[in-house]
Amino acid sequence: MQDALRLYRAYAAASIRGQLQYRASIVMAAIGTFVATAAESVAVWALFDRFGQIHGWTLPQAALLYGMISVSYAVCDVLGRGFDAFGAMVKAGDFDRVLLRPRSTVLQLIGQDLVLRRLGRLIQGLIVLGYAVTVGTIDWTIARAALLIGAIGCGVCAFLGLLVLQATSAFWTVDSLEVWNAFTYGGLMMGRYPMPIYRRWFRTVFTYVFPLACVNYLPAVAILGIGAPAITGWLAPLAGPVFLVVSLQLWRIGVRHYRSTGS
Amino acid sequence: MTGGALRPYRAIISARFRMLLQYRAAAIAGLWTQLVFGLALIMIYQALYRSSPAAVQPMAFAQLASYVWLGQALLAMLPWNVDAEVRDMVRSGAIAYELARPVDLYGLWYARAVAQRTAPTVLRAAPMVVFAGFVLPLLGAADWQLAPPPSLAAGAGFVAALAAALALSCAISVLVNISLMWTLGSDGVVVLFTTTVALLSGLMIPLPLFPGWAQGALGWLPFAGVFDLPFRIYAGHLAAGDLAIVLARQLGWTVALIALGRWLLGRGMRRVVVQGG
Repeated sequence: MQDALRLYRAYAAASIRGQLQYRASIVMAAIGTFVATAAESVAVWALFDRFGQIHGWTLPQAALLYGMISVSYAVCDVLGRGFDAFGAMVKAGDFDRVLLRPRSTVLQLIGQDLVLRRLGRLIQGLIVLGYAVTVGTIDWTIARAALLIGAIGCGVCAFLGLLVLQATSAFWTVDSLEVWNAFTYGGLMMGRYPMPIYRRWFRTVFTYVFPLACVNYLPAVAILGIGAPAITGWLAPLAGPVFLVVSLQLWRIGVRHYRSTGS
Repeated sequence: MTGGALRPYRAIISARFRMLLQYRAAAIAGLWTQLVFGLALIMIYQALYRSSPAAVQPMAFAQLASYVWLGQALLAMLPWNVDAEVRDMVRSGAIAYELARPVDLYGLWYARAVAQRTAPTVLRAAPMVVFAGFVLPLLGAADWQLAPPPSLAAGAGFVAALAAALALSCAISVLVNISLMWTLGSDGVVVLFTTTVALLSGLMIPLPLFPGWAQGALGWLPFAGVFDLPFRIYAGHLAAGDLAIVLARQLGWTVALIALGRWLLGRGMRRVVVQGG
């Protein structure tokens, strides 16, 4: 485990050093990502400015949902580039090299690239989260703060699990499929609003298939102290790590199934 | 211009069009994603409408639903990405060959943009319209559907405004491609541009939902002409009588942006540096 961590640090340092060779380009790209995500917040703000609330949730309350899911996704986005680009890797036959090295494939892929420009998204998410936690709608206790941090961590696991599944599908289709975007970007958008506004089948998919509500809506309800028995909100986030573990099992099956394209 | 002078551009459009039609798998995957997006957006707007007084609702929910589906169906028409081939040409230096072609360069790039904006749209729009217009009502979600335009005049007006929107969208697309000559395809600049278009065209949220004080400025910017204005004519939110003003705005911006693009392209080409050998 320690060995793995040391290796990851070495990978990350190499990736960061490489990117810092093009400092101006990275800064520009990070600013671009920041503005792009900020524009989405502007759109959400405009909706609350006009309509006041959605299903009883006000802007500061919805900002908690928004901040939690944005930060979770952004962390996963920074880490997960290797899985994200996995389709291209399979196509080019480059995965053979990964298999040859005596280290876990997952570690190598996560360590492959730490995309600094995606920090723009993380910073934007943290700003929204900062607004949500300081605006005064939440009656803070140590336990609630711990739940917030834990739920965000579990959210990172959920999104990573999705990324692993997306990469796993490339073993069979030899290309990363855009179909997964419906869950990642679709989930990122729908997670900004309280779950009860969606139809039952939609909620089922985003709770039991891809456990987005478990790491976002349910803990947020517990943190805000509104409705629903709090215990659900405390236990639900664990679905995130469970989802990741299941995805990694499928990944192992995929690795065994792998046949090089030979190119 | 005579028909003969236009022939090379028609040939470019049709060749690029046929090439872009090959990306069917991407279109199907994109379609699925946009379907989920469309459904989520409709549920969000419906919740907003249910929990607010009618006074703050700038358009009827049925109109809003049509607006959302048109946006998802016509997404590929939005000038939101660069032409990957032009980017590669700028980076590799192959752009020098473009200068050797016996046609007007701006016209050539505009023709490429026409194909880039129509081929993927044709692939994606038809199935989306079938789903939103016919399948949704069958599934018992008639209030979510893409309703037909309220009158023949609205339908005809939409067709005219959509044609003008395409001309405008292509003018903006070419401008973005020209900007590559200065930025060499830097991700940051492209993302900034994409965001501006998504926010101000009505894709992110329908423009009538923005605060009242912003409406004037939003309507006069070129981006509204690409999505928002044609969609509102379709839904009957703008009267068919407003068509003349809409077309004037769209075509006015198209002419202005084409002039700007020609000027910038001329300047860019004078300072073109061929990268590598």
